[in-house]
Amino acid sequence: MDSLETLIPAGILNIVIILAKIAVVVAVTMLHVAYATYFERKAIGHMQIRLGPMRVGFHGILQPIADSVKLFFKEDIIPAQADKPVFKISPLIPVFATLSSVAVIPFFEGFVIANINIGLLYIIAMSSLGAYGIVMAGWAANSKYSFLGGLRSSAQVISYEIAMGMSLVGVMIMAGSLNLNDIVKSQQEYWYGMYLIPQFIAYFVFMVAAFAETNRTPFDLPEAESELVAGYFVEYSGMRFALYYAAEYIGMIVMASMAVICFWGGWTIPPVLATAIPALEAVPGIVWFLMKVYFHIFLFYWIRATLPRYRYDYLMGLGWKVLIPLALANIVITSIVKFYS
Amino acid sequence: MTAGTGEIKTKELTISMGPQHPATHGVLRVVLDLDGETVVKCTPYVGYLHRGTEKLAENRTYLSALPLMDRLDYISSMSNDIGYCVAVERLFGIEPPERAKYIRTIMGEMTRISSHIIGVATHALDIGAMTLFLYSFRDREWLLDLFEMTCGARLTVSYPRIGGVRNDVSQKFLDSLYKFTEEFPKKIEDEYETLIDQNRIWLQRTKGIGVISAEDAINWGLTGPTLRGSGVPYDVRKYAPYDAYDKVEFDVPIGKNGDVYDRYKCRMEELKQSNRIIKQCIEKMPTGPVMAPDAPKFTLPPKDKVLTDMESLIHQFVLITKGPMNAPEGEIYAATEVPKGELGFYIISDGTGKPYRLRLRAPSFVHVSVLPVLCKGGLVSDVIANIGTIDIVLGECDR
Repeated sequence: MDSLETLIPAGILNIVIILAKIAVVVAVTMLHVAYATYFERKAIGHMQIRLGPMRVGFHGILQPIADSVKLFFKEDIIPAQADKPVFKISPLIPVFATLSSVAVIPFFEGFVIANINIGLLYIIAMSSLGAYGIVMAGWAANSKYSFLGGLRSSAQVISYEIAMGMSLVGVMIMAGSLNLNDIVKSQQEYWYGMYLIPQFIAYFVFMVAAFAETNRTPFDLPEAESELVAGYFVEYSGMRFALYYAAEYIGMIVMASMAVICFWGGWTIPPVLATAIPALEAVPGIVWFLMKVYFHIFLFYWIRATLPRYRYDYLMGLGWKVLIPLALANIVITSIVKFYS
Repeated sequence: MTAGTGEIKTKELTISMGPQHPATHGVLRVVLDLDGETVVKCTPYVGYLHRGTEKLAENRTYLSALPLMDRLDYISSMSNDIGYCVAVERLFGIEPPERAKYIRTIMGEMTRISSHIIGVATHALDIGAMTLFLYSFRDREWLLDLFEMTCGARLTVSYPRIGGVRNDVSQKFLDSLYKFTEEFPKKIEDEYETLIDQNRIWLQRTKGIGVISAEDAINWGLTGPTLRGSGVPYDVRKYAPYDAYDKVEFDVPIGKNGDVYDRYKCRMEELKQSNRIIKQCIEKMPTGPVMAPDAPKFTLPPKDKVLTDMESLIHQFVLITKGPMNAPEGEIYAATEVPKGELGFYIISDGTGKPYRLRLRAPSFVHVSVLPVLCKGGLVSDVIANIGTIDIVLGECDR
């Protein structure tokens, strides 16, 4: 490294390293997206006494690649009545928003693209930004079905954003920081090593809100297949359609990572476990992190195979009348406990 | 609804749901006037699947009109065939043999099970519960295999005949069916009901939605589980028994509130009752012929006789080409309880081998007409729940 630093100025080297990190993270994330669709189809398939993809490769292992090739070469249809510039731009917004949130997620000790002090806020901001893509798509396609989907989505995202933000306040109070690295480390101060236990209310609220944020069953109203056919992206085809899908899955990964970082101790394991079985210390942090994330993603699939869809008014009722009061109560309790201890 | 204060004028959003839509159970078109998500007006348009069944039947012999009936309600073709045969038999005054009656009852109830599980499952699928749909297809597959075992066809069976059924069922069929009746109630309780009946979202989506009072339901002419959900215990099988229904014991489950949930519950209870009927039929089944022997001028002679006996061959030839000879003049209405409701056949005979006029009273057609009443004031999501709950098949509705 010494010789390198003499040759290249430190600033440029930093940029190169960051670019390399970005490339790795984006590639890994996109690969995860592709295989998240595969495992979703497999997992739900087996839950529903069928096999899921079986044709492309061994047990359909190459299915996501076949899918993406197909989507890439499909004709990109733009309806004649559509607002063309908005129609073209809107699929990019959710993808960029969700991909940028990956930038602040610490995957393991010391590996994060941008270690910023407001990581938590940044992720919440980015996930709200993603909703613009949906609202704009609903508007731009000039189709009544997309329009209804867009409207539903904006109402849903606004209501659940509040609940999600408030559920994370409890974590902020306990950790005393908005930096995701610090949040993970502060959980190590407790013998159980995760905020899941003291913040179980917040965890519940967060998970419900995460399902709503990512438009997953039982909150998949914006795309309600049987009501609005496909909701806001009903007029999209080919690659633009795929971008919405990609955004949904990246969103799931981000939300799962958030749950792991804020409530499950990120890449660490509970200190009580580490002292009991010292061999576990040797396992790299990324393994723990990914295992926890995969568990949460599996949860998304599991719920999808089990639950019916909420109705619009119940969804709003749940958000405003149950989740927000619960999150507020959690903030009060956490503050009182923090103040007196 | 113009809230015309100042310059801002609002009006309803009119959306056309269908004819190609995943939740309209075929090619139904529903035009919705929406105020936000609330349905102000709902107008169903039917006729996209019109194939002129009634007119076609006028140009065919009584026997060759039978395959048309398969295509009415294509997921319960056996019931339609039975209904048609019962009507023609009443016209001709034929009495099918006992064994044929039991076989028909079994087949009719098998169809009811397969139709009800599809009805409930697609209803659940529309509401978003995907898994039940695939579970129900697994169970339906068993029944379809049994149909195939008996008559070679799975969907368009054309198995009943005027005066009986085409061929006898095998012992293997009865054994397999008995095994089904043993296992099926457990599946209803363990899988169907735990998946949706104890689910709060499902209850929220169905309870108090699409309510229709008993009086209104009768006035709209509803029949079947759609009527019984409102608490009216009308069932053709009890009121005007045909086939072997007067020889078996079964209850007619009724609902109380007339909402989507009660209609769903009625169908689930009927599954158990149908299962009970099948079991009794298998146990009580008499031996004997499966075609009425005493009416060679109306019913097809047995195949082995056709191949060996000259007279039977002539009867077969004439029946197939010209239709039944010496058909009595007159008219008759005969109704049977198909899975969707009361399927009525009104036949006018002018004494030839073909019906002069055949009119179908299709339950799906009547049920579609009540859709605006059920949907008014609800949300878009409730429209989906209501289309599911009246359990329509457009093949029957449009005829």
